[in-house]
Amino acid sequence: MTVAGPRTPTLLEVEEVGLAGDPGGGPPTSTGRILGKLARDKAALLCLVFLLIVVLMAVFAPLITKLSGWGPDEFDSGAINSDLGGVPHGSLGGISGEHWFGVEPQNGRDLFARIVYGARVSITIALSATVLTGILGVVFGLLAGFYRGWVDQAISRVMDFLMAFPALIFMIAILSSLPAGNRPVLLVVVISAFGWPYLARVIRGQTMTLANREFVEAARASGAKNVALVFREILPNLRGSIIVMTTLSVPGYIGTEAGLSFLGVGVTPPTASWGQMISSSVSWYSVDPMFFAIPGTFLFLTVLSLTVLGDKIRSVIDAGEAT
Amino acid sequence: MTDELFVVEDLTVTLPTSRGPVDVVKDVSFTVGRDDTLGIVGESGSGKSMTALAVLGLLPPGARTSGSVRLDGRELLGQSEGELRSVRGNAISMVFQDPLSSLNPYYTVGLQIEEGYRAHRGGSKRAARQVAIEAMERVRIPDAARRVDDYPHQFSGGQRQRIMIAMALCCSPSLLIADEPTTALDVTVQAQILELLAELQTQTGTGLIFITHDLAVISSIARRVLVMCAGDPVEYGTAEQVFSDPRHEYTRTLLDAVPRIDDEVML
Repeated sequence: MTVAGPRTPTLLEVEEVGLAGDPGGGPPTSTGRILGKLARDKAALLCLVFLLIVVLMAVFAPLITKLSGWGPDEFDSGAINSDLGGVPHGSLGGISGEHWFGVEPQNGRDLFARIVYGARVSITIALSATVLTGILGVVFGLLAGFYRGWVDQAISRVMDFLMAFPALIFMIAILSSLPAGNRPVLLVVVISAFGWPYLARVIRGQTMTLANREFVEAARASGAKNVALVFREILPNLRGSIIVMTTLSVPGYIGTEAGLSFLGVGVTPPTASWGQMISSSVSWYSVDPMFFAIPGTFLFLTVLSLTVLGDKIRSVIDAGEAT
Repeated sequence: MTDELFVVEDLTVTLPTSRGPVDVVKDVSFTVGRDDTLGIVGESGSGKSMTALAVLGLLPPGARTSGSVRLDGRELLGQSEGELRSVRGNAISMVFQDPLSSLNPYYTVGLQIEEGYRAHRGGSKRAARQVAIEAMERVRIPDAARRVDDYPHQFSGGQRQRIMIAMALCCSPSLLIADEPTTALDVTVQAQILELLAELQTQTGTGLIFITHDLAVISSIARRVLVMCAGDPVEYGTAEQVFSDPRHEYTRTLLDAVPRIDDEVML
């Protein structure tokens, strides 16, 4: 089956790839297989590359700002026109070799540095919230689905309560009333407290189905403890759902963090955050639209990439489980 | 009767329902000796599987049991969960009906056999792996040393059931309960599995309780037969006795329901 000449028929190539990437149709979609499928998908690859850049930016923020020359809290009064109320010199919000993304109006802080440090805040908060909701959601979902009875009743009522609660209003209220001690930690806790029921509900339903499967009964009949049943038999079979649910929740948390910072109850001012930058750009949108466009674009692309990627992962896992 | 391995006396299982408690198993008594096979027959819902689950303490929550279940003189009924756990899969093993859904699709079969073994016997991973390979060889899985790392879906239905049997036998139980082990398999594979069970039994001297609705299977494997109907034990005796001279109306009905090749067909 050698194909002579240039490989023009792309459709055929896709089919070949599909067969090659199917090792006997194993029910658990392996991590390698998920990554392999994603690497062949241009949109997913693009998202992955963008996210990688953002993550690298966040991780190496101090190094990058050393390279670009300006830190996130350094004021460059030379880059703004104080006669005009602080509008940046030059067109496009003062974009130049000196300030790659321009400067903040009024005080002249470097936008590139603030974007880089803002990525740090957004990603740290979103990932911590995801990990925390992931743990809470999986543990409570498993408990409710496996033990049923009053355990399920108690957990389910708490979940109903949290999901019916006007979470945003409560978050704003609680964050503005609490002392601004460690805001990022507080944000993570508050976001997670309201976020876990969405994952737990899915996990609970699937656990109920899995707990009735014969292999769980068989393991019980061969003397396995409840803990072993939950963690060794049921949990691994939930892997696909957990991966999909958590990847799809990261963009939501980034959005929530930005939203809360925008409303002024998120990260406290000297620390850079995308939501906060957008918030302060609102009053400058007519004279300096770039101040709004740059953090807005980063926020938009990050959320979009994560959503698209989550969707792609879901379709790979769904396809894997269907075979 | 001290040489009897497994004795069940007046076992009654009561399940709570929306219309009050229902006796799904009523006063069932039987004994199984070493290297002995008891067949439990009956139609669906006659309480065959409930009897097996009650013996292992695996009944749904809310179920009540009375009577006596003794293995080697040790009472099992009313034992604590921890006590029962040390019995399950160790002294008494069970093989279920559907071999595909009885195996966890996430793990290799080797790992699943090893796990059951290590839960009761402990020991190193390496030793358990060796046990798993030997157990698979014993149930005649070809190329066991390599296939031990395969996933359940990579085996055929008959092989999966062999693996379930290997798993059940890896702790050398004194009693094996097979709950409709051949129902999901086609007839030729069914015959192979029955042959395998009989052969393993003569090797190990394990007592066997074979639950089925298939009278042909029972007549080929069981020494003694218990016929159940709606939770009642209607007939209990040796296989020849029950099949050649059924005392009870229900047993006769069951036997008459078996199609015979020399029957006259009414058109």
